[in-house]
Amino acid sequence: MKITRITNGRIIDPANNRDEVADLWIADGKISAPQPGCETETWDARGLVVSPGLIDIHVHLREPGQSHKETIATGTRAAAAGGFTSIVAMPNTNPSADSAATITWIKEKAAREACVNVFCTGAITKGLRGEELAPFGSLFNAGVVALTDDGHCVQNHEIMRRAVEYARMFGLTVMDHCQDYSLVGDGIMHEGEWSLRLGIPGWPRAGEEMIVARNIMLAELCDSPIHCQHISSGGSVRLLREARARGVKISGEVCPHHIALTDASLAAFDSNFKMNPPLRMEDDIEAIIEGIADGTLTILCSDHAPHAFYEKEVEIDHAPFGITGLENEFSTFCDILVHKRGAISLARLIALYTAEPARLLNLDRGTLSVGAPADITIIDPDLEWTFDKNKSVSLSHNTPFHGHTWKGRAVRTIVAGETVWAL
Amino acid sequence: MKTWNRKDLTGLDELSSGEIEFLLETARAFKGVGERSLKKVPALRGKTLVNFFVEPSTRTRTSFEVAAMRLSADVVNISATASSLQKGETLKDTALNLQALQADVIVLRHSSPGSAKFLSERLDSSIINAGDGAHEHPTQGLLDIFTMREKFGRIEGLNVLIVGDILFSRVARSNIFGLVKLGAKVTLVGPSTLVPRSFEKLGVRVVHRIDEVLGDADVVNLLRIQHERQRKEYFPGLGEYTSLFGLTKARAARLKPGCLVMHPGPINRGVEIDSDVADGSQSVILEQVTNGIAVRMAVLYLCAGGAGIPA
Repeated sequence: MKITRITNGRIIDPANNRDEVADLWIADGKISAPQPGCETETWDARGLVVSPGLIDIHVHLREPGQSHKETIATGTRAAAAGGFTSIVAMPNTNPSADSAATITWIKEKAAREACVNVFCTGAITKGLRGEELAPFGSLFNAGVVALTDDGHCVQNHEIMRRAVEYARMFGLTVMDHCQDYSLVGDGIMHEGEWSLRLGIPGWPRAGEEMIVARNIMLAELCDSPIHCQHISSGGSVRLLREARARGVKISGEVCPHHIALTDASLAAFDSNFKMNPPLRMEDDIEAIIEGIADGTLTILCSDHAPHAFYEKEVEIDHAPFGITGLENEFSTFCDILVHKRGAISLARLIALYTAEPARLLNLDRGTLSVGAPADITIIDPDLEWTFDKNKSVSLSHNTPFHGHTWKGRAVRTIVAGETVWAL
Repeated sequence: MKTWNRKDLTGLDELSSGEIEFLLETARAFKGVGERSLKKVPALRGKTLVNFFVEPSTRTRTSFEVAAMRLSADVVNISATASSLQKGETLKDTALNLQALQADVIVLRHSSPGSAKFLSERLDSSIINAGDGAHEHPTQGLLDIFTMREKFGRIEGLNVLIVGDILFSRVARSNIFGLVKLGAKVTLVGPSTLVPRSFEKLGVRVVHRIDEVLGDADVVNLLRIQHERQRKEYFPGLGEYTSLFGLTKARAARLKPGCLVMHPGPINRGVEIDSDVADGSQSVILEQVTNGIAVRMAVLYLCAGGAGIPA
């Protein structure tokens, strides 16, 4: 039996409130109690951080149906290269993941081709159309870990209410892409000085806040959790803070671009800065960072949304929304939140990527407890590097971060005891 | 002295005041060409210009065509329906084909903001923006400014009102960018839905009562107001618009004697402007059209590599 001993690393395991320099043992693909003298291999992690495998709960793997953008094989390699051992796939594929058959197809393909754990979400509504509930029961039996219409937003409050109530029976969290269609219209970028200057249709903050407020009310009404995806507006943070203080089962997540970039980046009409929800202003960045620091926002993720070069290489209003993110998100957040801003500790950053998402979606991951799957990310929190999109292993390179330099990076990704990527 | 080193004109926002002045000076020199009996100079002989109009336009396209012919360039017109965009070809691919056909200058009219800039960064051909969505219409902005400067001899200090649907207007934006750079005092007037207060960040004043500002204006530039399906939620109707913002005869009577009445056309008589006012002595609407030729000659000449102001 292979027994691996990782020596001298700083083990940060937020699920167990553990932060100490110690050895970590892996046996048979699981975290093991120390077995001195029995190790078959030893890695020295001196100066490095040994973290539970990072989890990204918001990833578009694009299969089935859009394999020219990304595949389960390439998307999971990009995840591994970013330090992720588990990712949660969004359902806006073709066909959309609104049936057990599609979930089973994804899981079988992932079993053959994925190099990290792939968890599936199911659609809230059939075809993501917002009209009729998808079959939550059979989706649950097929193994989905959450429900979302991501990319779309259920506009009808009654349907959303019943979705949340019905999901409760299975213990499934409903995740929502918060966008009020009538307010946002054909909006492309944050509505503000820059949208006025550039003549680009605006996407007002209220278009997100309206639905965040709706979700708070429905989570309260149904006494069941709703998770608000990719929060971009400072107003949403304030709504979430107030609701969470009252004990409402509401949560929110943040993507790296929403704290790294502003709407001014659209000045060159580069579609690699076009995503949904859009980049906003410095005020929003401040509010989001404050929300991360005070525990209002508990999840970090990428909204990794690969698109082929030729799809993005068009007029700004014709280009699809979305950017890649798996390979840079940890570094972007580490650099901004831990190093530059000192908003949170490294241990909290790791918690936002491990214990918190595992708790939200009831995943048996995100911990280094003895007996847990040996999903481990080795991190060099002080390593400086520059992102080169041409070295990206994602099938698509639609990133606004080409040439950006950050401090902090995953250097080895271990899934079930096996190294799937190393720098 | 040559102060122009751009191959493209995508907007006035990115130009310096010096560059705008230089364009206007060049246009002034070209205006004389149209006043001769032989309205032609050989400045762009042998150059090929493609008018690539993905959105319909008659006035602007014709103006560019006349301007190019007066410079002795060869002109080809392509409309959206005649282009391969209808067959699913991308804008970039269509434009690359035009470049491969050795177009020296492509004049683009397109519904997407930033489309001219997008092509300018990907092609060696000169790209002239003839209107990109609600973003800019730089030659219209220039010809409006040219007309004002011709009448007043200066732009600095002029009180310019721009009235109407500012939010969706590329003409308004190019006017704002150019006029503010040259030191005019710009006031935007219109319904609060179409003239949001955040426009003040562009260095202009926002007013919703036209009668408060009309009397001080040196120029009133009226924009075409539309009330088609996609604008319905912005204001209740054309009748109410006319009563609140239209340049009626009664309002026109309160204008300063020297105040210019401008309109980029096409005008809606009886809506944003009274028919008699449009034809009145203060109206320079048709002079704008004539000046458009000179301005476009200057733009084509400079972007296609002409040096200095021709004698």
